[in-house]
Amino acid sequence: MHPILTTVLQRLALGVLTLFFVSVIIFSSIEFLPGDFTEAVLGQTATEETVAAFRRELGLDQPAYVRYFDWIGALAQGDLGTSFSGRASSGIDRSRPVIDLVGPRLENTLFLATMTAIIAVPLALTLGILAALYRGSIFDRGVNAVTLTTIAMPEFLVAYILILFLASLNPIFPSLANINADTPFWERVYKCALPAMTLTLVIVAHMMRMTRAAIINLLASPYIEMARLKGLSPRNVILTHALPNAWAPIANVVAFNLAYLVVGVVVVEVVFVYPGVGQLMVDAVTTRDIPVVQACALIFAATYIVLNLLADIISIVTNPRLLHPR
Amino acid sequence: MSEDLLLHMKDIVIDGFSDEQWHPIIKGVSLELKRGEVLGLIGESGAGKSTLGLAAMAFGRPGIRLTSGEIWFDGKDLMKISEAERQALRGSRIAYVAQSAAAAFNPAHRLLDQTIEASLAHGVRSAAEAAEDAKSLYAAMDLPDPKNIGFRYPHQVSGGQLQRAMTAMAMSARPDLIIFDEPTTALDVTTQVNVLAAMREAVDRFNTAAIYITHDLAVVAQMADRIKVLRYGEEVEEAETQEMLSNPKEAYTKSLWAVRSIQKPAETSDDYVLEIKNVTAAYGTVPVLHDVSISVPRGKTVAVVGESGSGKSTTARVVTGLLPPKEGAVLFNGTPLPPELKGRSKDQLQRIQMIYQMADTAMNPRHTVREIIGRPVEFYLGLKGRAVDARVSELLHLIELDDSFLDRYPGELSGGQKQRICIARALAAEPEVIICDEVTSALDQVVQEGILKLLMKLQKELGITYIFITHDIATVQAISDEIVVMWMGKVVEQGMKDEIMQPPYPEYTELLLSSVPTMDPGWLKGAVAARKELSIAEQTGEA
Repeated sequence: MHPILTTVLQRLALGVLTLFFVSVIIFSSIEFLPGDFTEAVLGQTATEETVAAFRRELGLDQPAYVRYFDWIGALAQGDLGTSFSGRASSGIDRSRPVIDLVGPRLENTLFLATMTAIIAVPLALTLGILAALYRGSIFDRGVNAVTLTTIAMPEFLVAYILILFLASLNPIFPSLANINADTPFWERVYKCALPAMTLTLVIVAHMMRMTRAAIINLLASPYIEMARLKGLSPRNVILTHALPNAWAPIANVVAFNLAYLVVGVVVVEVVFVYPGVGQLMVDAVTTRDIPVVQACALIFAATYIVLNLLADIISIVTNPRLLHPR
Repeated sequence: MSEDLLLHMKDIVIDGFSDEQWHPIIKGVSLELKRGEVLGLIGESGAGKSTLGLAAMAFGRPGIRLTSGEIWFDGKDLMKISEAERQALRGSRIAYVAQSAAAAFNPAHRLLDQTIEASLAHGVRSAAEAAEDAKSLYAAMDLPDPKNIGFRYPHQVSGGQLQRAMTAMAMSARPDLIIFDEPTTALDVTTQVNVLAAMREAVDRFNTAAIYITHDLAVVAQMADRIKVLRYGEEVEEAETQEMLSNPKEAYTKSLWAVRSIQKPAETSDDYVLEIKNVTAAYGTVPVLHDVSISVPRGKTVAVVGESGSGKSTTARVVTGLLPPKEGAVLFNGTPLPPELKGRSKDQLQRIQMIYQMADTAMNPRHTVREIIGRPVEFYLGLKGRAVDARVSELLHLIELDDSFLDRYPGELSGGQKQRICIARALAAEPEVIICDEVTSALDQVVQEGILKLLMKLQKELGITYIFITHDIATVQAISDEIVVMWMGKVVEQGMKDEIMQPPYPEYTELLLSSVPTMDPGWLKGAVAARKELSIAEQTGEA
């Protein structure tokens, strides 16, 4: 078997193991949350009997390990469970499967993340390469200053500034990104313009600076000097000699930022009223809707694991020492 | 100016930036080179050889600036033309061969792509033609499987092969001038011979002019028609190679091969302080040592000789307990040492100390000399406070430094001083045996001499036993009593220096000794011819 395939399979197996540990951590940290869904729904005035009955209905009267294995067992069969909300004590069960709640939201989140990534990653790499090429120049300093400013500002502030200039003063883009399942593709893109721009401004600095640093770090290498002494142009030196050796650190930072686009954008979602997974999770935590919280947390963990795996694979594929063993 | 003058550098002044200001590195050196001629530039590190060599390409490393002077190359003053014009000359008319081929090849690209890169970038020939040409160059360089070796990545070929591939790379665009910057310094002697021969052959075949930079006078004697000696950025003297070798004028030039003049009479003793008995060792499942037995007489120096991969350093690791042997034992004063470091008592640890090749990395850069030497004094001898200071100061005097060094950091010391501090640190434990692992390899000839003399003095005064690991035969000649020749994890030969250095030799010893360049300019031809008869040459040189 090719060594890369072996490594990937190993990493995948490790990823599943990690996910298992994460599930334990998620489950036990939710156990530590004060109060539970029944108290949150029924309120302070509920009698002990109603609370107990409701708990029994939801299965909350079972010991923690039984509930954990029920959950993880169902999960292994692809069943994320049923949401608590909608199962009021009224007797009518209007609850929905978690997958129906999370699914569309996740789609929205991935849409926004992909759109942002398509803008931000090439932009960051280009700026990083140019900054490395013209390091010390006004361009380099300018790009650094601007990107550092945008990363230093809180996300919501960036969002409001964009809204002020691009929605209120010059109504080019809508300030609300309230899409739903029926919104046509290009309208989605149009409505997501401002959130995507906000997120781009937030993540571009990190990736751009890493690209720049990774390349500059290599510029002192003897093989770069050799390339210069072959009379190659500075652009050629950086693109064909420095960049191919810089992919590993760059891929790691890109993966980290893409993961952030999935798991860390709740503030931006709130500002633009965007129906993403982040908001769903925050709501679920407030109402103690445990199955939804657990599902979201697991999705977030899986996102990190998958993206890091991708970054690892890129590091391996771009390293001839690993790709072509002696 | 004569017709066939290719390069004429006039009154070159080059500054380097350090300590927040510019200092002159090259102070008005001039240099002339005819077409097809090879000029040797020689001097110790810091003499400005590489800087001057790169200046011939009008190239300055970061922190270097060409301040004044003229660089006439084929009728153009490189100082006056634009950077784009200079770029057009580099790689096409003037090429460079770097010291470490392993570092100078880009790990991300195949050899062939890198070999023909300059030819393509300068439009010398088409990709297909250049690739065909590269294959014939590989063949000329005596590389194995010249048709396919270009498709390998740098990490897939050996150091000696890389160095040849780099010469092929420099040749690709058929430059008029090649700068060889210490191209064989990083190679084993047996590999060096073949690489030198291949380079000499290539230069002759294409009538390429060359500047050959090295600190090894014997190597330059093989390569150069003329030799220029540099020191502190100034020319010491210049002469035809024969003239320079037979009749150097300046005292400094004579001192350059001073280490070759140290000779210590060999003595032996039957009182063995350390005995390595039938040791077999492996890294994981890779066997490294096979049934190695070495006896080390008390108060004497045993030199362990061999090239990289021969198991010299692994033997040291077994003795120090860093690598427990699979079989066999190490006896110290007749008692077996526990195989693992963890199993050894403090006293056993104290009796065997080490000095390393790279003094730079062997010391904590954040510790002062006082801390570096004081630490083993406290740890092994249990001294405290003022007693430590007194002992550290005593040790500094022993290694011929004074108390002014106490509060300096390693970064503030020269290479030779750093190695002295490492020696003091080893002495601080008051050991019986010191293992010296290539301790002079990273140092200049003149500094080497100082360190070797110091080690010999210390042995005489303190009766310390040395195990001296090296690949440098000149060093072995200088200081050893007994010699152990290692090859591929086995002891090939062991005995008194005078016996080993006298014929008849076992095959490998012969190869090793015949690979050491001598000052005779005709040596290379003879050595190459002799080695064709030795069947093991390829295996050992390129394994």
